[in-house]
Amino acid sequence: MPEILDHARSQVLDGGVGLDEAGVLAVLRLPDEDVPAALQLAHEVRMRWCGPEVEVEGIVSLKTGGCPEDCHFCSQSGLFASPVRSVWLDIPSLVEAAKQTAATGATEFCIVAAVRGPDARLMKQMREGVAAIKAEVDIQVAASLGMLSQEQVDELVDMGVHRYNHNLETCRSYFPNVVTTHSWEERWETLTMVRASGMEVCCGGILGLGETIEQRAEFAAQLSELDPHEVPLNFLNPRPGTPLGDRPVVEARDALRAIAAFRLAMPRTILRYAGGREITLGDLGTRDGLLGGINAVIVGNYLTTLGRPATDDLALLEDLKMPVKALSATL
Amino acid sequence: MSTAVTLWCDRCGGDAGRGVHEACVTARALEPPRFCPRCRRRMKVQVLPTGWSATCVEHGTTTSP
Repeated sequence: MPEILDHARSQVLDGGVGLDEAGVLAVLRLPDEDVPAALQLAHEVRMRWCGPEVEVEGIVSLKTGGCPEDCHFCSQSGLFASPVRSVWLDIPSLVEAAKQTAATGATEFCIVAAVRGPDARLMKQMREGVAAIKAEVDIQVAASLGMLSQEQVDELVDMGVHRYNHNLETCRSYFPNVVTTHSWEERWETLTMVRASGMEVCCGGILGLGETIEQRAEFAAQLSELDPHEVPLNFLNPRPGTPLGDRPVVEARDALRAIAAFRLAMPRTILRYAGGREITLGDLGTRDGLLGGINAVIVGNYLTTLGRPATDDLALLEDLKMPVKALSATL
Repeated sequence: MSTAVTLWCDRCGGDAGRGVHEACVTARALEPPRFCPRCRRRMKVQVLPTGWSATCVEHGTTTSP
């Protein structure tokens, strides 16, 4: 057993204290033959500190495309020659999407908008949409609307939004290579306001943006410092027309290393499979990740791309004897 | 919307009859269409948790199977 895994067994599994940046880096540098042991330990950590339940979530784009920001991975930026056009979802369709999500057994429904931050029109759409969902669908509502003002944070709390997603996307040192229209610190500021409001903080990012292994470890450490309730882990799905459209996808073995390392950095967080897992990991890798520290999934489609059918993921969870977290357990 | 006439690749917007679009066909398993196969216009596409709809201003709306 590599020394770092012995150390993690004592500190993380027994003590519930996550690895620091150097420890995460050591896990990310493990040779291929030690990756299964890292995943096994990460799974034990997840079972010990989070339990066997898996949180299932669906997401939908309320406002697609036409974003003024230049996140280099994103097909929804209006600054790139992406084929994605701007479109708004109406309230009845939003409610129907929430119903579709609830029908899968999901307890979370996240409403997402491609914006720098919400304007009055978007906040009005949110207010009406969240109210309509709460009137008709038994599901928790989360939101992801970019950077917020304090007034907007308070308004979302009033609406009953229980969790807010705002990804840091990558580590502080690499962020300027990925986004130039706003700063990492501006994102951190929104996250600080969200936490203070009482909403749950959902914050993760994307692996495979061109960051080094050291920067991947830096990112895990920065997320650990933030201590979010949930960390969605995306793997770059290179989108045509974006500056990162020609980047290679993350190797499956590296993705699994990262899953184990992020779990060992954050033993108690909800670590969610998000976008890109289908192309990075495929069916077998998806299973390996669920047995390596992942304890939440986005089921169904993403914002502009498609996912595996929800039934496939739910069948896999049943096969793995991992119960879907019930709504009552989240309230 | 009729899909009987496929003049343009619905993923890349290129000429469907020129060159191979194997990568597009593979990618389309996990992507909705983006270009109208009849006129090459970019479509307004809404992805939903269990499906998608794509609307061409000239040729109407198609939805996921």
